[in-house]
Amino acid sequence: MHTDSVTRLSPPVGYGGLAIALVVASILSLSSGAYPVAVGQIIDMALRGFSDDTTARFVVLDVRVPRLLLGALTGAVLAVSGALLQGLFRNPLADPGLIGVSSGAALAAVAVIVLGGSGLAGWSQFAGQWALPLAAFAGGTMTTLIAWKIAHQQGQTSVALLLLAGIAINAIAGAGTGLLTYYADDSALRSLTFWSMGSLAHARWADLWVAGPWMVATLLIAPLLARPLDAFLMGEPVAGHLGYSTNWVKRGAVLLAALGVGAAVAVTGLIGFVGLVVPHLLRQLFGAGHRLLLPACALGGSALLVLADCLARVVVAPAELPIGLVMALLGGPFFLFLLMRHRFA
Amino acid sequence: MPDNLTPLQPQPAILETHSIAICLGGHPIVEDLSFTLRPGELVALLGPNGAGKSTLIRALAGEIDVPPDRVRFAGRAMRDWRRADIARHRAVMPQKVDLQFPMTTREVIALGRPRESAENRQRIIGELMARLDIARFADRLVPTLSGGEQQRVQLARVLAQIWERPAPHLLLLDECSSALDPAHQQLIFRELKQLAAPGVALLVAVHDLNLASQFADRLMLLQSGRVVAEGTPGEVLVPDTLRDVYGLTCRVEALPEGYPMVIPTPESESRANAPGRLRSMPTG
Repeated sequence: MHTDSVTRLSPPVGYGGLAIALVVASILSLSSGAYPVAVGQIIDMALRGFSDDTTARFVVLDVRVPRLLLGALTGAVLAVSGALLQGLFRNPLADPGLIGVSSGAALAAVAVIVLGGSGLAGWSQFAGQWALPLAAFAGGTMTTLIAWKIAHQQGQTSVALLLLAGIAINAIAGAGTGLLTYYADDSALRSLTFWSMGSLAHARWADLWVAGPWMVATLLIAPLLARPLDAFLMGEPVAGHLGYSTNWVKRGAVLLAALGVGAAVAVTGLIGFVGLVVPHLLRQLFGAGHRLLLPACALGGSALLVLADCLARVVVAPAELPIGLVMALLGGPFFLFLLMRHRFA
Repeated sequence: MPDNLTPLQPQPAILETHSIAICLGGHPIVEDLSFTLRPGELVALLGPNGAGKSTLIRALAGEIDVPPDRVRFAGRAMRDWRRADIARHRAVMPQKVDLQFPMTTREVIALGRPRESAENRQRIIGELMARLDIARFADRLVPTLSGGEQQRVQLARVLAQIWERPAPHLLLLDECSSALDPAHQQLIFRELKQLAAPGVALLVAVHDLNLASQFADRLMLLQSGRVVAEGTPGEVLVPDTLRDVYGLTCRVEALPEGYPMVIPTPESESRANAPGRLRSMPTG
């Protein structure tokens, strides 16, 4: 029998720990890589306002800082969106991909990669370097919209139907992606493989300016849904009885996840596991209440992704591993460990 | 004329329904149902499985749309109420709440009382836990509790919603005692009765006829979405009525405690009279 009471991390301790992890990961991220820059040198440069024109300055300021910020934002958005959807679907195993946003983005991105020289040449010329991220963002949000429309009947949106529609749409988009892969030539194949495993290697300031606002908006608005999502854990009817407008909660959670994840995926490619593992793990430490959980997910998700990105570029330097691969390599076994521990506890 | 000689005015109704009908998936579930619920009344909603008890409660809880102006809450059409406002006066306990997330008893009850000072909230939670005998599991995870324990935790969350808030109060409880042992059933219904005293109106769906008889002021017996009997326990719990509605053969004893008790009797006594059962299997 379970007679023991649960103990939770007190918020100052929990948030403090996550913040320290994020700071350490950020310092590692700025200094490590194919061109190592000592921490002291970075502080030195910062104190002089990055005025000298050296390789180190270029590497830190124009390569690693945008990469760090994009990685941190992406990790935060994936984890927070995962928490939102797990609460909405009342399923601790839900993932941001469930509403179709990742598969839709992947289909659009792969279409641009494979058909950029032929069928979609016009789009590629028109949008230039933004052809891929814009298509991915549009593809991701549009598939979610389709799933939403299917689940929305007679003024009500059925969460169960949304989940099923998402699964069906994922299958269809996956088939489309597979078909395109089949037509891809060698170079397209290589770049689409890399994209589908996610990477921060090409992060530039411009990516941040374009995708950042969507992600920041998701992170800032998500906490407004904390209380109603707590009620949703008891089921949608209970949330209604408690006085929350359940239709707005559903709309809000799906919209935020679609826009945030859509923007993240558009510039980084597919990065799995963060959205599933981080909320799941932090729920054990902070409890299921979203007011503590969502900020914790933002901190934890960014720390984890920044750390994984450091590994991605250090392990096989000067080459790089796709970060999605690193996440799966780290996250898979860790998740199994959690499951086994619960099972045999 | 001094105040204390004023004739008693009937209290204004908390809930009035006028001939409501509810269809789900094209099937009529509730038909032509009218009733009034006044402050301080504990009304038991009875009826066999599928009679429409839960559907009626869900409609009154705002989960299912009913024609406007057919349901009035505290004198106003139900749909003129804002969700957030009505939640301070009306609390609902669904038949089943399935929680899969690691929340403690305290955290679940707190959901009934967002936007409250932390100090007040903890005081209310403490009081409700003591009353419903769940203080022992205050910091345990609700999914690890037994069915009856979880039912009491959910009831505490529901009560927290209207606790110490301005009247009127309506509680809609869909089987709040089905998983409880007899002692806790008595405890819960005594608490509900105490709530009714200062003016809370309660509509409680129950299957236990004797529990209803013991505690309810009024019984409402549903069959196929219609009210077939309504009144005091003595008026509704009549062997003929129960046989017609449930196919239950029983005798009813008036207890010295002042309420009738239903005692099921062996079916053979009136097997032929039970409705709804197969008359005979075709043979040959």
